Amino acid sequence: MAKSQISMTVNGKKVEELVEPRTLLVHFLREQLHLTGPHIGCETSHCGACTVDLDGKSVKSCTMFAVQANGTDIRTIEGMAAADGTLHALQDAFREMHGLQCGFCTPGMIVRAYRLLQENKNPTEEEIRFGISGNLCRCTGYQNIVKAIQYAAAKLNGVPFQEAAE
Amino acid sequence: MIPASFAYHRPSSIKEAVTLLGSLGDDVRTIAGGHSLIPMMKLRLASPAHLIDLAGIADLKGIREDGEDVIIGAMTTQHEVIASDFLAKKIPILSETSIVIADPQVRYVGTIGGNVANGDPGNDMPAVMMCLNATYHAVGESGERRISAREFYQGAYVTALKPGEIVTAIRVPVPAAGHGHAYEKLKRKVGDYATAAAAVVLTASGGKVASCSIGLTNVAETPLWAEEASKIVIGSALDAATVKKAITAAEAITSPASDGRGPAAYRTKMAGVMLTRALGRAKARAGF
Amino acid sequence: MNDMTPTSAERAEKLQGMGCKRKRVEDIRFVQGKGNYVDDIKLPGMLYGDFTRSPHAHARVKKIDTTKAAAVPGVVAVLTAETLKTVNLDWMPTLAGDVQMVLADGKVLFQNQEVAFVIAEDRYIAADAAELVEVEYEALPCNVDPLKAMAATAPVIREDIKDKKEGAHGPRKHYNHVFNWQAGDKAKADAAFAKADVTIKEMIVYPRVHPCPLETCQCVASFDKIKSELTLWGTFQAPHVIRTVGSLISKIPENKIHVIAPDIGGGFGNKVGAYPGYICAIVASIATGRPVKWVEDRIENLSTTAFARDFYMETEIAATKDGKVTGLRCYTVADHGAFDACANATKWPAGLFSIISGSYDFPAAHVSVDGVYTNKAPGGVAYRCSFRVTEAAYAIERGMDIMAQKLKMDPAEFRMKNLIRREQFPYTSAFGWVYDSGDYQTALQKAMETVGYKKLREEQKKRQEAFKRGETRELMGIGVAFFTEIVGAGPSRNCDILGIAMFDSAEIRIHPTGTGICRLGTKSQGQGHETTYAQIIATELGLPADNITVEEGNTDTAPYGLGTYGSRSTPVSGAATAMACRKIKAKAQMIAAYMLEVHDDDLEWDVDRFRVKGNPERFKTMTELAWAAYQEVPPGMEPGLEAINYYDPPNFTYPFGAYICVLDVDVDTGSSKVRRFYALDDCGTRINPMIIEGQVHGGLTEAFGIAMGQEIHYDDEGNVTTASLMDYFLPTAVETPKWETDWTTTPSPHHPIGAKGVGESPNVGGVPCFSNAVNDAFAFLGSTNIPMPHDNWRTWTAADKLGLHR
Repeated sequence: MAKSQISMTVNGKKVEELVEPRTLLVHFLREQLHLTGPHIGCETSHCGACTVDLDGKSVKSCTMFAVQANGTDIRTIEGMAAADGTLHALQDAFREMHGLQCGFCTPGMIVRAYRLLQENKNPTEEEIRFGISGNLCRCTGYQNIVKAIQYAAAKLNGVPFQEAAE
Repeated sequence: MIPASFAYHRPSSIKEAVTLLGSLGDDVRTIAGGHSLIPMMKLRLASPAHLIDLAGIADLKGIREDGEDVIIGAMTTQHEVIASDFLAKKIPILSETSIVIADPQVRYVGTIGGNVANGDPGNDMPAVMMCLNATYHAVGESGERRISAREFYQGAYVTALKPGEIVTAIRVPVPAAGHGHAYEKLKRKVGDYATAAAAVVLTASGGKVASCSIGLTNVAETPLWAEEASKIVIGSALDAATVKKAITAAEAITSPASDGRGPAAYRTKMAGVMLTRALGRAKARAGF
Repeated sequence: MNDMTPTSAERAEKLQGMGCKRKRVEDIRFVQGKGNYVDDIKLPGMLYGDFTRSPHAHARVKKIDTTKAAAVPGVVAVLTAETLKTVNLDWMPTLAGDVQMVLADGKVLFQNQEVAFVIAEDRYIAADAAELVEVEYEALPCNVDPLKAMAATAPVIREDIKDKKEGAHGPRKHYNHVFNWQAGDKAKADAAFAKADVTIKEMIVYPRVHPCPLETCQCVASFDKIKSELTLWGTFQAPHVIRTVGSLISKIPENKIHVIAPDIGGGFGNKVGAYPGYICAIVASIATGRPVKWVEDRIENLSTTAFARDFYMETEIAATKDGKVTGLRCYTVADHGAFDACANATKWPAGLFSIISGSYDFPAAHVSVDGVYTNKAPGGVAYRCSFRVTEAAYAIERGMDIMAQKLKMDPAEFRMKNLIRREQFPYTSAFGWVYDSGDYQTALQKAMETVGYKKLREEQKKRQEAFKRGETRELMGIGVAFFTEIVGAGPSRNCDILGIAMFDSAEIRIHPTGTGICRLGTKSQGQGHETTYAQIIATELGLPADNITVEEGNTDTAPYGLGTYGSRSTPVSGAATAMACRKIKAKAQMIAAYMLEVHDDDLEWDVDRFRVKGNPERFKTMTELAWAAYQEVPPGMEPGLEAINYYDPPNFTYPFGAYICVLDVDVDTGSSKVRRFYALDDCGTRINPMIIEGQVHGGLTEAFGIAMGQEIHYDDEGNVTTASLMDYFLPTAVETPKWETDWTTTPSPHHPIGAKGVGESPNVGGVPCFSNAVNDAFAFLGSTNIPMPHDNWRTWTAADKLGLHR
C-alpha cells in the first residue's frame, strides 16, 4: 500500500515521516522515530506497556494507526524529563519507592501516571489503582507503584509525603 | 499482531463519509475509536480493504439538549461521557456504565457510537440504550433515519444498520427527575466484558414502582430489553416475591455463551443476581 | 583521631552494603525508557522472522507449499523442516533429555506448533507472508487429558519414540509415558498407612498455568560470514547454557558463539530453555548472512512456550488420632505436553518435588511421579516454581488442611503440632533433604499473633452462624500456609544441566582508584542484581556499592554460570561473590601488612579498612590498598586486585514462611475479596529489604492470579481457549490485594553470608494460602476440596453443590 506523509509533534519536536496506513503508532514510534521507550506486551490491547500521552489523553499506541495520529502532540517516556535532563517527579518517585523491577511496564506506567495526576492532583489509593488499571505489571504487584504515584503527587503538590500506615 | 494492508480515508463531513462508504465497494469499514476494530484487525479477524476514519468529522461530536431528549454525537468518547456534568445530572446511568467499560486508556479513545453500533454482544451501552429507549440517528446516501435501540440488534455483530449507513448520534429521552437507576456489572477483572450485567431505570410514586425498564448485557447474542421483567415490578414496592418473579422472567430470555466467564447456566443466574442488585440500588436512589 | 572522624557505623552506612534499602542502579535507565531489551536492538540489514503455526492440536502434515509466501516482495526465505534437515536442526535436544521438533516434521503435536518460518525485510511483510504458507493437514484424534494418556487406546503422540522402551529417565511403560520417578521409602510409608488411626486421600490438581512475563520471548541472531562467528542476543535467563547447547547442536565452536542477554522484561522461568524461534533465527542468519530478529507475540507466548504445573497429585496423609502426622504418600501424573522440555536438573525429571513433606516432621514418606505426553505445548517447569516446589507445597498444604478438617483441629494448631522443631535442625527429611536452618514455631507464632488469629477464628464462627440464620450471604475464609522451599540449585553431586554442574560464579576486579567491576554467571530479569551484588561486595570489601559495576549476560566476559531461576542467584552466585571478595580481602590484608610493616595477624578489619590491633590510628583503607596493588605489592606477589570464584554449593538452602490470608466470598456470585494477606518470609540474611519486599509483592500477585483465575485451558479438540490476555487472568491494580510483609531471620549455616534466596517463596506459599482460604470458607458446610482456580463461576458452582442457592 502506498505510503502517506504524516507530521506530528513528538516530545516537543516536529516530525515528518512516511508511513503505510496500517503502520501502528507504537511501531512508528519505536522503529521510525527510534523511541524504544513504549513497549509491546500483547496484541489485544490489554497490557498498556505501549501507553503514550497524546493530545492530553492516555492512549495505547498499539491500538492506533500512525495516520490517525497525524497532527497530534505526543509525549512518550523519553519526553518526561526536562530539557536539562532533570527527571520528572514521577521518574524520581518510581526509583525512590521501588516501583519497578524488570522495567518493561515502567514507561507506559509512568506516562499513564502523569496523565492520572493531571486529571486528579490528589488521588486516593483506590483512585490510583483504578487509574492505572489499564497498565499491567508482572513484577511489582502494584503496591510500590501506588506508593510511587502517591510520593510524586505529594512532591508535585508541594506537601510532605505521608506513607500510609500498614 | 500486524494488520493486513488497507487504504485510509479521513473525510471531514458526514456527507463525505457516506459518499465514500457508498463508493468504495463492500470491503470497507468505518473506524470510530478503533478499540474494537483495531484489535480485530491485528488478529486478522477483520481485514477491510478500506478504512474510513470518522475522527475528522466535527458534526459527530457534542452533547446537546433537544426538547426532552439529549443528543450525544456518536464520536463522543467514554471519557467525555464521564466528564460531562450535564449527562451526570440528566442521565446518570450513562457515566455509571461508562466507568465500567474497559480501562482508562480505552475510555479516552473509545466512543459511545462505536460501543452501540458494532453489534458486539459484550458491549455495555447497547443494553443501557435499550433500557433508556434511545434512538440511533443513522445517515446513508438516502438521508437520515432513526432506529429504536430496542429494534437495532439482530444477532452477534448483526444490526439494523444498512450497508452504507453510519450512526451519527444517539438520542436519549431524559428520564424523569428523581428516577432511580443502576448499572450492575459482574466481571472477572477491570477491562473484561460482563459475565452478566443489568441496567435498571425506574420511577416511583407513593412508594411503588411507577415505571421500570430493564436491560441485560452479554447474556445472549444481542443485548436484551427485559420487557416482561420490567412489567412485573410495576405497581410493586419491589418486595422479595415480586423481585423473584421478575428475575425468573429475566432469566428466561437469556441464552448466554459458555466461555471463560462461566457456563451458560451460571451466567443466566448471574444476570438474575445483577438484576436483583440493580433493582435494589435503583430503588434506593429513587428514595422508596 | 579527632571528632570529625566518621564512626564505624557512619562509614558502614556510607557503603550502602548488606541490609540497607539501597536504591536500584538499574532504575536510572528504566525510568527514562532507556532499557536495552531485545526488540530495541536494530542492526544494519536486519531481517525479521515470523512463524506459520498449526491450527490443529494433532495432525499429519501432508504438504507444505511455500511458493506464495516466498513470492511476496520483501520475503527473503521460508524455512520448513525440510530446510532444517539439511543442517540437522529439524529436531533439537531439550533440557530434559528429550528431543523436540523445531519445525513440524510430518506431524504437528499441539495447537500453534511451529510449521514454517518466514524471513522478510520487515515484520509487516513477514506477517503477511506467514499467512500465505499453505499447509495440508490430516487431523488426528488428540488427547489433552493426562489421566487418559496411558490408556490402551490413547492416540500415539510421539511416533518418533513409539517403540522405545527406555527413555532419558528410565523405562517407559507406555508409548505416551515419559518417565517414572520415585523418592522416599515406599515400604515404610505403606506400613505407616496400614496402621494409621486416621488417613486422608485427595486428588489435588494444580492446573496448567503460564508465567506470562510482560516481555515475550525474542532474539536477534547475527552470523558474521567473514569471521564465521555467531552473535545471539536473546531473552535468556541462562545465557551460557544457551551458548553451550547452541554450540553442541549447531557445531559452531563455542568460542565463536557470542550470546548476550541484555535487559529482560521478566523471566519467571519462561526464558530458560531454547525455543524454535531461536534456532530458526540462527539458521536464517547463517543462510542469509544478515541479522535476523524474531519476536513472538502474546498468543504465541501463552500457547507454545514453557508453561508451568499441570500436576495431578493424589495425596495421602496418615496421622494419629491426636494429630501427629505419621506418613505421606503422593502419586502424581505430570502432563509434559508433546515434548518433555522441562528445565530441570538432569537427575530430577520431577524436579525437587520430594520437598513435599514440607515443613512437617514426617517419619515416613514416598512419592511416585509418572510423566506423560499429551497434545499440548511442551515444558512444565517455570513460574517461580523452584523446580516443582510450588506443586509439592500446594499438595502438602492442601493435604494438611484436609487432614486438620478430618481431625476437627484448627489448621494452624495442627501445623504447629507437626512443624519440624528448631532443635531438629539441620533436619534430614524422609526424602533425604538436609534442611539447613529454621525456627518454624517462632515464625508461625509471630504470624498468628500479628493477624490476631484467635480473634479471626472467633469472628469467623460468628459469621458462619449469621450465614446459617440467613443474615449474610458472605462466607469468611482464613487460609494458612507454612511452606519450606528448596532453592539454590545446586550441589554438583545432585545437580547438572545437560552434564554441566550447577555451580555459579563471580569475577571481581578492583581498579587502581578503588572502584571495580563484578561479572557473574547469573542473569537478572528484574531482581535487581546490579544493585544487590554490589551491596555484598560493599560489606565484604569496604568499598561503596556505588563504586562497583555489576555486569551479567555477556557470555564473552561473564564467567560461566547456569543463570537465574529457581531462586538460585543469591545462594550460589551470592556465595561466589562473597568468596571472591574474601580472596581479594586476603590479598589486600597482605598488602596492608606490608605497607604498615606489621604481620598479617596484627591487623583487624574495621568496615572499610585494615587497622593495627591496639593501634587503630594506623590503618589502610581498601581504596588505598587498591591503589597499592597496582603500584607496589610485596615482593613475590602479583600486582592487581581481583579474584574469581566458582561456587559449588555444599547444599541447597531452605527458605520458609508463614502466610495467612483472610477473604470473604460472595456466595451469590462466587467472587472472593481478599481482606488481608500477611506474609512472613525467612530468607536468611537479608541483603536489601526493599528488594525482598518487592519480590514478595510480585510473587504474591502471581500467586493470587494463579489461585484465583489463571489457567491454560484446552478444550477436547485441543484448542487453547485461554491464549490471550482477554482470558488469561492477569490481575490489574484493582483486583490485586494489598500485601503485608514481615520476616524472621535464620541464616543458612553453610552459606558464606547466610543468605537463602527469596524470589520464589511468595509463589510457593501464596498459592496454597489463597486456596486454603477459599476452601476454609466452605469447610464448615462439609466441603473438603474445591480445586483451583477459584474464579467466580467455579466458586459459585461449589456453593451451588452445597445447596447454598436454594
